[in-house]
Amino acid sequence: MGVINRISGPVVTASGMSGAKMYDVLKVGNAGLIGEIIRLNGDHAVVQVYEDTSGIRPGEPVENTGLALSVELGPGLLKSIMDGIARPLDKLQEKSGAFIGRGVTVNTLDRKKKWEFKAAAKKGDKVSGGDVLGTVQETDTIEHRILVPPNVSGKIEMIESGRYTVEDVVCTVKGGSETHELKLMQKWEVRKRRPYAEKMPPNILLSTGQRVVDTFFPIAKGGTACIPGPFGSGKTVTQQSLAKWSDAHIVVYIGCGERGNEMTEVLTEFPELQDPRTKKPLMERTVLIANTSNMPVAAREASIYTGVTIAEYYRDMGYDVALMADSTSRWAEAMREIGGRLEEMPGEEGYPAYLGRRLAEFYERAGRVICLGRDGKHGSITMIGAVSPPGGDISEPVSQNTLRVTKVFLALDAPLAYRRHFPAIHWLRSYSLYLESLNGWYAKEAAEDFVHNRNEAMKLLQKEAELQEVVQLVGPDALPETEQAVLGTARMLREDFLQQSAYVDYDMYTPIKKQYLMLKTILHMHSRIIETINAGVPYKEILKRQKMYEMIARMKEIKPDSGMDDRFSEVMKGVDNEMQALRKAIQQ
Amino acid sequence: MIKEYQTVEQVAGPLLFVKDVPNSAYNELVEIILPNGERVKGQVLDTSKGMAVVQVFGATTGIDVPTTRVRFLGETLRLGVSEDMLGRAFTGLGEPRDKGPAVIAEEKLDISGVAINPYSRAQPNEFIQTGISVIDGMNTLVRGQKLPIFSGAGLPHNELAVQIARQATVLGQEGAFAVVFAAMGITYEEAYFFMKSFEKSGALDRTVLFLNLADDPSVERLITPRMALTTAEYLAFNKDMHVLVILTDMTNYAEALREIASARNEVPGRRGYPGYMYTDLSTIYERAGRIKGRNGSVTQFPILSMPGDDKTHPIPDLTGYITEGQLILDRGLHRKNIYPPFDVLQSLSRLMNLGIGKGKTREDHRGVADQLYAAYAEGKDLRALSAVVGEEALGERDKKYLKFADEFERRFIQQGFEENRSIEQTLEIAWDLFSIVPETELKRVKREYIEKHLKKKQ
Repeated sequence: MGVINRISGPVVTASGMSGAKMYDVLKVGNAGLIGEIIRLNGDHAVVQVYEDTSGIRPGEPVENTGLALSVELGPGLLKSIMDGIARPLDKLQEKSGAFIGRGVTVNTLDRKKKWEFKAAAKKGDKVSGGDVLGTVQETDTIEHRILVPPNVSGKIEMIESGRYTVEDVVCTVKGGSETHELKLMQKWEVRKRRPYAEKMPPNILLSTGQRVVDTFFPIAKGGTACIPGPFGSGKTVTQQSLAKWSDAHIVVYIGCGERGNEMTEVLTEFPELQDPRTKKPLMERTVLIANTSNMPVAAREASIYTGVTIAEYYRDMGYDVALMADSTSRWAEAMREIGGRLEEMPGEEGYPAYLGRRLAEFYERAGRVICLGRDGKHGSITMIGAVSPPGGDISEPVSQNTLRVTKVFLALDAPLAYRRHFPAIHWLRSYSLYLESLNGWYAKEAAEDFVHNRNEAMKLLQKEAELQEVVQLVGPDALPETEQAVLGTARMLREDFLQQSAYVDYDMYTPIKKQYLMLKTILHMHSRIIETINAGVPYKEILKRQKMYEMIARMKEIKPDSGMDDRFSEVMKGVDNEMQALRKAIQQ
Repeated sequence: MIKEYQTVEQVAGPLLFVKDVPNSAYNELVEIILPNGERVKGQVLDTSKGMAVVQVFGATTGIDVPTTRVRFLGETLRLGVSEDMLGRAFTGLGEPRDKGPAVIAEEKLDISGVAINPYSRAQPNEFIQTGISVIDGMNTLVRGQKLPIFSGAGLPHNELAVQIARQATVLGQEGAFAVVFAAMGITYEEAYFFMKSFEKSGALDRTVLFLNLADDPSVERLITPRMALTTAEYLAFNKDMHVLVILTDMTNYAEALREIASARNEVPGRRGYPGYMYTDLSTIYERAGRIKGRNGSVTQFPILSMPGDDKTHPIPDLTGYITEGQLILDRGLHRKNIYPPFDVLQSLSRLMNLGIGKGKTREDHRGVADQLYAAYAEGKDLRALSAVVGEEALGERDKKYLKFADEFERRFIQQGFEENRSIEQTLEIAWDLFSIVPETELKRVKREYIEKHLKKKQ
């Protein structure tokens, strides 16, 4: 039991804290505010407090729980929404109403709810960390695998199927002289990564249904991506589209220091939207962490760790997890704010000197792995972090440190956003370092010539940028006809392929096969146009064939079902016919 | 429990260091009694055994070390609120400014406010018709949104705020908005303009004014918006009113924040503003919204002037990251005498989609807005191009876009200070404009809407 010496915003200094360890969780003051030790000096401890410290006085007591900040892992995480230190927000509402009160303690997992546990292991089995003891049907789509915690091994002495709460003992394991009582729930310290057997190369596409991402700047399962952009360029909409449509089993969405109304939007939308693969509500596979900008800053710092620990837990069951962090800049700012209160020597732009290390450590918790356990399950965590650079200028420390560790860079561009080209991902400035390693996947899962087509399209877009510079000087009519055609096709690529609406039902999600056909059709049309120009038809005449262009523009509306191939063949045939007609006209 | 100390050790800017104070509470309210008997309020910023750092709300003129007395009031800053505040004017610290009597408080509320549980928020989705085409048609406002106006010195942001406050209605629902108006460091002339305009439109008796004028102490500005929002939350969530909060000018607020930070010798962030400015601003802007199970709402219209018309300056930048969009005013259009001079392409309402469409505005609204953006952007690009190569060098299609951009500014953006357009009128103007460009260019609108709305024009 210690005593408060000093209070300065979220930072509290306490004395009489002998025996305390770094990152121990404390109850601060008479109000019992939750805090965490971030510095020790003799028996003095500096504590960051996760709640508002108004009204707290020096001399009030500080109680050490002796435990580091941990999160409860077990069935019941999915479909929930919690704050940065894993308190479910619905339970907080029950206790303190519509405004979040102080000193409220609630458990992450419901203690009363009973789950149907089906044992998979049996008495006498030798088990070690990561082995599956049994399963619980957590939601309609997700089977929750109850695992032996990483640090436990031995022989099962008791295991029984039945209905249990998360605190009931479902299995006992005797290892050496120790007997472990295993429950449906386990606890894990959030700042410590959960172990796995081995990392694997990321060579499977995380299909997101977003054309510009899947085709041009793909993210691999187990990969890392960052989305920097100024405000209003569509970071959050992009993040949400990825959270909605990516083919991960589990999505962990961290709203870190962002808008309250936005979290409400996710909360209202996700239960209504259907996962295109399972046809169940998206909420069934989602865990939301919401620490809005006006919620305590220290809890914002913790929210990222809470999120990634939950992601690792599901990865260990052999699932593909996608983790969205919106926005990592707010997380970095929380570090800066706390660093400032500690009077630490600042690094660049006032950020603490350990900013780069913390960011790298965080992104390194991504990856495709062979999980612990004898069955060699494969799981992955794909991380997609939004970055909010001040003034949209990515030369600042958070963007730069993030770019150093992430492999996909989706550059959001303000001018594109102003003209409502969404997603406003700039095709020339973005990159993905997974292109090479995914080539094999594309050839197998999409089409042999997928990579070829993508490269052709990219060439056209690059050519367009060069030609635009000429046009700025001399006007478009001064260009040779074939180059005018390149401009025309690039425009089609931009408007009819790259642009994708997040709000129109037929356009919000495009399977990879359809992406392939759309791109192929545009390229097919381009080569026909060039042939026709070379046969002597003026480009102006081709442009007059509006019907053809309209067919291309309406490709987005084609349903991605079994009849899709035929519909696209029709479009291509339509293009061929128009071109033939043009040639005939010129020959006569 | 009130304790009094006469142990001021140091006065530095707006800060007072008081020693031998055993345990003042963080954020505790204090009263400072000057040697001449004058009383000023303050608040504890940093507290430890034996020392309290007090931030003084008001001028430190007259404070001395030996005889100034500091009374610790044992509570945090609270505002007594009541429905009777409507129609009244207060100082930036919540004292009556008009000659009326003190307000008899129904409740005393902590002004720093508490975060709304995101789970308890109701989704803002009721369309507010402001009667201004650019807002209603392209940057639709919904109840519970926070939408700032980014302006610059000499631009008509005050007129715009007044026009919005006067015209805002929710279709199909009776009752006007209550207005809570917080002035931070604006001139008397500007404050007078607002008061006169509220009076003229008959809104004054449903308005609460908090005025911290340019010559009032700058530290007070940190309190003023919180007073206003505490009142707004009370009226909205306890009294079922729909409240429109106008905060002007947030730039002055941020300057006051910087002043305190530098007085405390804090490590400065960008341009000298403190590193926690984002968090601090969010505790103001996030106090907007709706709550499940309660009838009222708080909608915010912060106004801020961008220093040097620079959108990347920390104040507009951090604001834009917190608010749900922004309305940006443009000096170029203002020079062309177009009112309201919206920079349409850079303006944005993030909650627009929740408030529009079938049953709310009209089924074609989304597509029309997207098409307007795309076409105007194209037109503006071509304007730049034609400035270089001459209009003659442009093709037929391009010339049509040029015409579209001109007409768009003249007919869609431009409207009168007293002109109140319905959403139907706004959308019809848009379809009129669409007839300028070739029909095949209208890729953002569904075929059926083109049939329905464009054909009848031809």
